[in-house]
Parts: sequence; C-alpha cells; structure tokens
Amino acid sequence: MNVELKDIYKTFGAVRANVAINLTIPAGTIQGILGENGAGKSTLMKILSGFFRADKGQILLEGQPVIIQSPADAIKHGIGMLHQDPLDFPPMRVIDDFILGRKGNLPMGQAEAVQDFKKLAEQFSFSLDPETYVDSLTVGERQQLEILRLIWLGARVLIFDEPTTGISAAQKEKLFAALRLLASQGKAVLFVSHKLEDVEGLCSSVAVLRQGVLVGEAKPPYVTKQLVEMMFGKAISVGARNPCGVEKEIVSLSKLSVEDYRLKVRDVSLTVHCGEVIGLAGMEGSGQGLFLRAVGGMTRTVGGKILIDGRDLTGRSYQTFKAHDVAFLPAARLEEGLVPGLNLTEHFILAEEPKGFFINWEKGRLLAQRRISEFNVRGTPANTVESLSGGNQQRALLALLREQLDLLLLEHPTRGLDIESTIYIWSKLKLRCKQGMSIFFVSSDLEEILQYSDRVMVFFSGKVTPPIEAATLTTEKLGELIGGKGWPTKPGEQVSESTSGKGA
Amino acid sequence: MKKNTWVNLGFQVGALVLALLITTLILVAAGAPPLKAYLSILSGAFGSTRNVVAVLITWSPLLLTTAGVLITFAAGLWNIGMEGQMTLGAIFATGMLRLFEHAALPPALIIILGILAGILGGAIWAALAGALKTFGGVNEIFGGLGLNFVATALTIYLVFGPWKRPGVGSMSGTQPFDQALWLPTLPGTELSIWSLVISVLVIALVYLLLRGTHFGLRLKAVGKNSKAAFLMGVPTWQYSMFAFLLCGAFAGLAGGIQVMGIYHRLLPNISNGYGFLGLLVAMLINYQALWAAPIAFLFAALNTGSVQLQIIYKLDSSFAGVLQDLLVLLVLLGEGARQRFIKKN
Amino acid sequence: MELNTLLVGLAGVLAAAAPVLFAVIGETITERAGIINLSLNGTVLLAAMGGFTIAYKTGSVPLGFLAGMLIGAIVALVIAFSSITLKQSQVAVGFVLALACRDLAYFLGVPVLNQSGPRLPGWSIPVLKDIPVIGTLFFKQDLITYLSYLIIFLAWLWIFHTRPGLMLRGIGERPAAAFVRGANVNRMRYIYTIIGGAIAGLAGPAYSLSVKAGWMGTQSGLDGIGWIALSITIFGGWNPLRAAFGAYLFAFLQWLGLVLQSKLPGIPTQVLQVAPFPLMILTLLLVNISDAEWVSRMLAAMPERTRRALMKLLRALRASPPASLGVPFESE
Ligand SMILES: Nc1ncnc2c1ncn2[C@@H]1O[C@H](COP(=O)(O)OP(=O)(O)O)[C@@H](O)[C@H]1O
Ligand SMILES: [Mg+2]
Repeated sequence: MNVELKDIYKTFGAVRANVAINLTIPAGTIQGILGENGAGKSTLMKILSGFFRADKGQILLEGQPVIIQSPADAIKHGIGMLHQDPLDFPPMRVIDDFILGRKGNLPMGQAEAVQDFKKLAEQFSFSLDPETYVDSLTVGERQQLEILRLIWLGARVLIFDEPTTGISAAQKEKLFAALRLLASQGKAVLFVSHKLEDVEGLCSSVAVLRQGVLVGEAKPPYVTKQLVEMMFGKAISVGARNPCGVEKEIVSLSKLSVEDYRLKVRDVSLTVHCGEVIGLAGMEGSGQGLFLRAVGGMTRTVGGKILIDGRDLTGRSYQTFKAHDVAFLPAARLEEGLVPGLNLTEHFILAEEPKGFFINWEKGRLLAQRRISEFNVRGTPANTVESLSGGNQQRALLALLREQLDLLLLEHPTRGLDIESTIYIWSKLKLRCKQGMSIFFVSSDLEEILQYSDRVMVFFSGKVTPPIEAATLTTEKLGELIGGKGWPTKPGEQVSESTSGKGA
Repeated sequence: MKKNTWVNLGFQVGALVLALLITTLILVAAGAPPLKAYLSILSGAFGSTRNVVAVLITWSPLLLTTAGVLITFAAGLWNIGMEGQMTLGAIFATGMLRLFEHAALPPALIIILGILAGILGGAIWAALAGALKTFGGVNEIFGGLGLNFVATALTIYLVFGPWKRPGVGSMSGTQPFDQALWLPTLPGTELSIWSLVISVLVIALVYLLLRGTHFGLRLKAVGKNSKAAFLMGVPTWQYSMFAFLLCGAFAGLAGGIQVMGIYHRLLPNISNGYGFLGLLVAMLINYQALWAAPIAFLFAALNTGSVQLQIIYKLDSSFAGVLQDLLVLLVLLGEGARQRFIKKN
Repeated sequence: MELNTLLVGLAGVLAAAAPVLFAVIGETITERAGIINLSLNGTVLLAAMGGFTIAYKTGSVPLGFLAGMLIGAIVALVIAFSSITLKQSQVAVGFVLALACRDLAYFLGVPVLNQSGPRLPGWSIPVLKDIPVIGTLFFKQDLITYLSYLIIFLAWLWIFHTRPGLMLRGIGERPAAAFVRGANVNRMRYIYTIIGGAIAGLAGPAYSLSVKAGWMGTQSGLDGIGWIALSITIFGGWNPLRAAFGAYLFAFLQWLGLVLQSKLPGIPTQVLQVAPFPLMILTLLLVNISDAEWVSRMLAAMPERTRRALMKLLRALRASPPASLGVPFESE
C-alpha cells in the first residue's frame, strides 16, 4: 500500500515535535526514518498509527485521504506499528498476547490461532513457543511476536520504531530478513532508527528528521558524512578547557562492572581529577545511565571498585555517597528531582542540613531569594516547583546543590531547555569545576558532549570506549561511534585516541 | 488569580449546596420535615449548655484522631487502622488502671500512667500496620482494617472474659474504676478540661510540626514524592514508620481519654467511629491542619445534634454520618470538576 | 458429629458464602479492568437494605434482587465517573462512599427495621438433589445460591476463555497496549466497573432476602463483609476460582467458629467470628511478602536447596495485581 503523509504538525506544550512533514512511502519499499533522540520520529509514526492525533495534516493511503483518529482506525486501514517499547502483555502467554485485539467470535479460538501462529512463524523462520509467557522472551523475540501479530491482523503498512535496540546480532539478521520479506510481499515498511549502519544496510530511501523538521532525504549509495551532518547539524567549535589547577584524584574506578536485566557494562577503569568533566555519550539505553547511577551508589555494582576522594565506597548506599560529597541530578526533574506541591523555599530548606528542630522560615526565604537570583530562576520563593518551566526547574535543581561537592552526576542536564538556559547552566557548572568539583554527565546531545567535556566515553549496547580527549573528537566521529560504526570488531582492538584523532 | 479564587469558591459552595440538597431529599424520603429536622439538629447541638458540653466532649477525641491522620496523610499513607489504634489505647489504659487500682500510689500518678499506657497501645497497633506495609508489602488499608476487627474482638474478649464484671460479663463493659481515678471534670458535667486542653494542644502541635519543623517538611516530601525525597537524603521508610507511630500514639491517647475521662471503664466499640470521622475531617479540610479545629467542631455538633432526630422523629442518628459523608464526597467530586473546568478554560 | 448434620452444616456454609462470593466476583471483574471499587462494604449494606425494602414494599423478591443490583451499579457509576472522568483518587472516593452508603443504609432502613418480610424460598433441584452426599450439599438450596455457583464459572470463563475477557485482562494490565490494539479503554472501564458493581450489589439481597432474611440494622451481622471481600479479591489473585476458594474458606471458618462455640464456652461468639480477620492479614502477608526487599536479601543468603524450595512456595502463593490497577489512563 502506498502511504503519503502531508503537512503533518504536532506540538506538545511548547515542544514542536513535528513541523510540516511531507513524506511518501511507496508499497514494496523499506523507508528509513533517521534522527537523533527527540527528533520527532516516534511522534510522526504514532500519528500514522493513530496513537496520537496530528494537530494538522493529512494521511493518504493509495492516494485516498483517510481519517485516523485512534489505533482502532489505523488497524482498520491496515496500519500496524511495532512500538519502541514493545506494547505487549508481559504476564500473558504468547498465544494470548497474539490473539488479543483480533476481532472474532466470543470464544478465543485458540486452536486456530495456534495453527496460524505456527504457520506464520515458520514463514519468517521465527521459533517461538505459543505456550510460554511473554515476560520470559528476549526483546528480540517479543518483537518477532509483535510482527507475527501485526501480519495476522492484516497490516499492509508496517512501522518499526527503533527495533534494533537491545537485540542480538543474530536476531537483527533475522529481523532484517523478515523486513525484506515483508517489502517483497508488497507491504510498505517504515524503519525508524538512529543507527546509521542499520539504515544504510536496509533501506531503499532515508528521511532525516531534526528537531521536528524533515531536513532531507537520501537514496543509496549513502554518504555517511552527509547523513551525520543532516542528523546533527553542522559541526561546531570545541569549547575551551579549564582545569582546576590542582592535581587531585577525585574518582578512581577500577574494573567496574554493572548490569541490569538487558545490559552489561564490563570492566570500566578510569581516573578523574578535580575539575574534570567527563561526558558519557551514546543513544538512550546503551549503558551510560546505568554506569552513571552506579558511580553514585544507586545501582549495585557486580564487580570492581569505586574510590571517591581516596575512600573505597564500593557497595555502599547512596546515602553514604551523598555524605562523601557526591550529588546526583536526575533527568526526570519532576518525578525524581523535585517534589511537586512544595514551593522553592521548602526545597531549599529540605536540601540544607536541618539545624535545630524548627524551621527558620525567614532565613529559608532569604536563602531561596538569594539562590533564585544567583541562578536566574524565574519564579518567587513561594512558587511551587511544578509551576516553573523546565529550564527554571533545572536552574532550581542546580541552585539546590550543596556548596561543598566533589562529584556531580548529571543526567541530560539541558534536555528540553532553550539555548539561553543551556549556556547559563553550563557556565554555572564550569564555575564549580574551577572550584574543584568534577562532573560526569550523560547527554544525547553531541554538541553538548563535545563542547563541555574534557574527556568523552562512548557507550554502545553496553560496550564502552576508553575515555577519549574531547579535543581530538569531531561531531562526525562521535556520531559514527554512537551509531555503532568504527567500533573494533576484533576483541583486542580498541577505539583509541589516535584513531579518533585522525578525524580532527 | 482573582478569577480563580472566585471559581474555587464557586465550586466549594456548589458542593455544599448540592450536599444539603441531597440530604434534604433523603430526609423527605424518610418522611421527616427537612427544615424542622435541620433546626432540631441545631438546637440539639447548641440549644442548651448541656448540649454544647456534649459537643465539646465529642470534639476532643475527634480532634485527636484528625491530628493523627493529618500526620499519616502528610506521609502519603491511608491509616484506616485508626479505630483499632484507638481501641488498643483504651485497652492499654484500662489494663494499666486495673493494675494499679489498689496500689498505694497517688491517683494523679496512676492517671498519668494510664494515659501513657494508652499512647503506647495505640502506637504499638499502628507500628504493626506500618511494619506490615513496610516489611510485608501489605497495603496499609487492608492491614489497618484487619487490625481494627482484631482490636474489636480483643475488647469483647476482655469484657466478657478476663475483665468481666463480678457475676456476668455484658455489653455495658467492665467494672467502672474508682472515682479517684477519673479524669477530673467540670463540676456538674462530664466534660474534662484536661482532655479538651490535651486535644487542642495536640492539634496545635501537629499544625506546628507540619508547618514549622524540618521533620514535618521532610515528612511531606516523602508523602508527595518519595523518590525525590530519597535523593535529597531523607530516610524514607523510617519516616513512614514514624508517621504511623505518631498517628497511633494520638489515637491511643484518644482511646485512653475515652476510658478515663468519659466512660471510666472499657466498653465494646469504644472507638465509636472517631477514627473514620477523623479521616473524613482531614479530607474535607484538604489536609490543612489550620482548619481541623472548626471543621471537627462542626462534625461534632452534627453528631451530637442528630441525636435529637432520633428522639423527636424516630430517625436513625446515622443521619449525621450521611450528611458528613455526602459533604466530603461532593467536595471531592467538586474538586475534580473544578480541575477539569480550569483545564478546559 | 453425624454425617447428615455435618452435610447440612456444610450446605449452610455454601449458602452463607453466596453474598461474599457475589461481592468478590464483582470486585474481581472491576479490578481486572484497572479500577478499585473500595466502596464495597457500603454498597453491600445499602443493597441489602434497599433490596429488602423493595421486596417488602412490593412483595416481589425478584424486584428486591433487581434493586440490589441497581444500587450496586449506581455506586459503581459514581466511582467510575470520579476516577475516570474527574481523575480523583479512587481510594478517597471509594472510602467515602463506603461510609456514605453504610450510613445511608442505617438511616433509610429504619421503617423496615426488624420487620418480617418476603424471602427467597428454597428450591431443591429435582433429580440432582437425590444424589447421595452431593445432593444434600449442593442442590437443596435456593436460586440465589445456585446463581452464586454459576457466577464463579461464568466470570472465570469470561475472563480467561473469551475474546472480550482477554481484552479486559489487557486493559487492566497495560491500557496503552490495549489501546493500540483498538480498545476504547475508558469506555470499557466504565462498563466493567458498572457490571462489577451490579454483581457486588447482588450480595446485599442475597443476604437480606436469603441467608438471613430481613433488615436488622447494625445487628444484621453484615457490616465488615465488604472489607473481607476486598481482601479475598487480593487473596484470590484476581482469578474467580481462587477467589471463590477464599470466599468458601471464609464462610467455613465462620461456621467452624460457631460450632466450636459450643465446645469452648469460655470464648465469646464475637471473638471467634473475627477469627478470619487475622487470618486475612496473614494471607495478604503471604501473598505479598515475596515482593519485599528483605525477603529477597534473606533468600539470597540461604543454602541453594532451601532457597529453591522457599522461592517455589512463595511464587505459588504470590498474586500480582493487574499492573495498572488504580492508574488512570489517558491516550495522549
Ligand atoms: N507524550 C508526550 N508528551 C510531551 N512531549 C512529548 C511526548 N512525546 C514526545 N514528546 C516530545 O516530543 C519530542 C519528540 O519526541 P519523539 O518523537 O519521541 O522523538 P524520537 O522518537 O525521535 O526520539 C521530544 O522533545 C519529546 O520530549
Ligand atoms: Mg523514539
């Protein structure tokens, strides 16, 4: 089925997620949708599949305008989507999940469903047991289940949102074979990814989104440099370094290993001196977040040692880390960082060591007042935190940090902020670095990583590069590493400063 | 800003009017003349000094339970176990008094020991609910409810069993204590100034605690966002547990005062619904301690006044409950409607 | 005890369990859709009073049952409206409704207090009643008791063996996923909350027109049953069969209390009657404890074989609620 998106707009509050997007996908092709995190890819796909309603714009199938107001409408028109986070039912049996949503008689019709399931699975050479439970499957297998289900529902337009995140190489091969098979059957396939390699190897055409805008399209043969440039914009100059002057080791990690149920980060060794800024780059969920939380004592480590300012804190609680002048600022500002319902004064009082039993409100208010103006927060001490804009919430979080800190761990310090706030926040952070504080920060913004880090570590599916001097990196090189290109294929080989240096 | 204040007021008045309208319809359905019924509630509450005193006697334990749930609500917890905690307070106080009834101790000391025992009893029962929640994953609503029933059974067992009156046990409770062990009352009434003073002090304390102390602020942070509170360095489960203990202590205090100030013995159903009523008051005042005293007073007046309905119109005194419940329900719904209204505009 | 006395006693347990069963099955259906109806205790009391009053006034027992269902449905509608449309806390509204309906039942019930009125006649099922043992146990009851057997299996069939039931499970588990598969989540939540409320409403007349006919106000012995039903729903792991087991166990224990009464004269009736409550706390503890952090830490420190065995036991007892229970759903 031919699909056409015409002049699609979508905003969330102040965020313009999709702006005037026009795109045509002919039947029988695989269309790549490329863009960095937050570019608006998922939003566009969700509009096509009825999960969101566009603010403006039109969808045409086989040249006919159709109205898609809900997923039910999309299913009716043969559009199926495999969501970035597979929307399935973990505690159910595979076959139940398979049947759920399919129209039919009152009885579930399990026997026929199992037959169809087996037939389809064979066609795609997936080996799935219909009787096991979904939560016992790997991410790749859950995707396979979703694919079979969508085909069974009669989908003729199939959307895959970041399907290669978190699956093994073998599963990826299988997935790609399945996608090619689907295209050869005359279906329109949309393949969303931030991984250059995947898109280049699979798609017959690529559209690149940046900040909600479709910035360009490309056809094979692809020029990687050109794609990277479209994804991230022009390369920018690297900011000045300002080491703190004293040679003092703040953090020393030796063979640190962390894991969660999907990722393993192994044997990271690193020494960080006072005033240093370490940028942790990588696409969301590549292991950098896990690593960051481990360095703050919030995730249990499975091996290795963490020394903060010379003291061994391996395996200690977050409270202990905190007592040793480590602080953590989460990305989810209102979910984890601030307390909705409390005002700024109350936050400042909470953040201080309580002195005495009673609160000195006047002192608290003055403190809040001083910090608010110091950090340029637009708001008054009596404002509740949820009434502040994102940028002001972030400034408030910075203002809440204690004066004496050795190490600051930041998750996406400027996500969703305007340029002015971004620059402001980094100027404040750099000031503290001058006073001797070190920073680890996670960001999906390449410019931010290059501009503000002294050294950079790149994460990809749990693999980590050794720290690379930021001065020797370029956006292009960094973009490739993040997208999984230029990584050593042989075990002994390493991504090193010298190889990355060549790009500079 | 100005306009919003009017909108808020509009929704609140609307909720009140609607609640009165519905209760009026209910009165009509029950065959009572509504206006006269309301008037008789009013006179039942304020018609004579005796009635006002009766209102004050009800007000005191209600203030205590309200004070308690304000603490647990601040910590984001639904302490439905208040009834049981109050009952345990009554049992402990009775036990202590029975222990020292014939001892050669000054009565004042025994009374103080009794009160302290009541506090301890309530706190233990609350700690049980808290531990079930913190260490056993049992939702505090169900843990608390179950413990309520157990507390009731325990009372009945004591009243009919080990502590029964000479002769046979009966629903009228245990043998009354010696008069020397009663909380002193105002001459000619059953109103104990002590209980009144303690209740007012406790609600003032809770107001101060929540308004002006580091403890209160941290408790609120735990209640509103425990993840953020944890990252800010607040030991979260310890605070939840402490909230339970404090709430239980107040409930136990209320139970002890019921025993020593009013009934002078242990009765089945000694908690008399004050725990649940305290939850209602707290919801109605939107968890603002400042309003606890007047609204609890209003509820106490309704409870006392509606006894008249029973006498004059042969209506069940649960009418007060109906009015209170509907008021809270409609205020909750009104709040939802208001948020929707503001979002739409 | 003679066999026949025992059988009649156990048959009495089956009949006495009917009100709890309706409440539990109704709540199970509601919670499967992701909504908690915490008003159960009030709903059951009001439905009992309302059902008896209507039957008393009209002389029609079926109308009484209908009234009970209607009351349950209306209360459920208030819950659905406040939580789905107005986004208010289900717990707060449900709790207030539990009190409001209870007070209303006692207030409006005065005219019929202790009146003798109609009741559902017993009706033994021909043929089946003559089967030895089983006949006496199951088939010499009344219609509402038969309906209570039926509703367990109907609910179970619906939830686990029909297409709409599968979607129901999906809606309570992960509404966003049900939504992308074409469900109108909030409409379905309304519908199931109301249906669940209506079934729970049957519990009232099942008591006041059958188990213990009449309305005796606070002396009815019905107060508290709704709270028990709520915890049996948890114990039942949101599965009608396991929930029914819980309800029968509860009724059996209460009966056992009465029987033991004559053997242990020292203990007052009321004490044995609350015996199920500590048991309820204990079962909730067993059902939930495997989630507690200290348990996993303790287990980790145990020798391999003990640990395996214990984990197996805990997992069997464990009941996880529909993942989105109590969580509102908005499609955007
Ligand atoms: N439901 C939502 N509510 C508010 N903002 C959203 C929502 N979904 C996405 N956004 C915002 O829209 C922008 C685009 O997001 P998305 O489409 O998910 O990007 P991508 O898939 O390319 O990573 C981001 O800034 C994101 O924060
Ligand atoms: Mg995305």
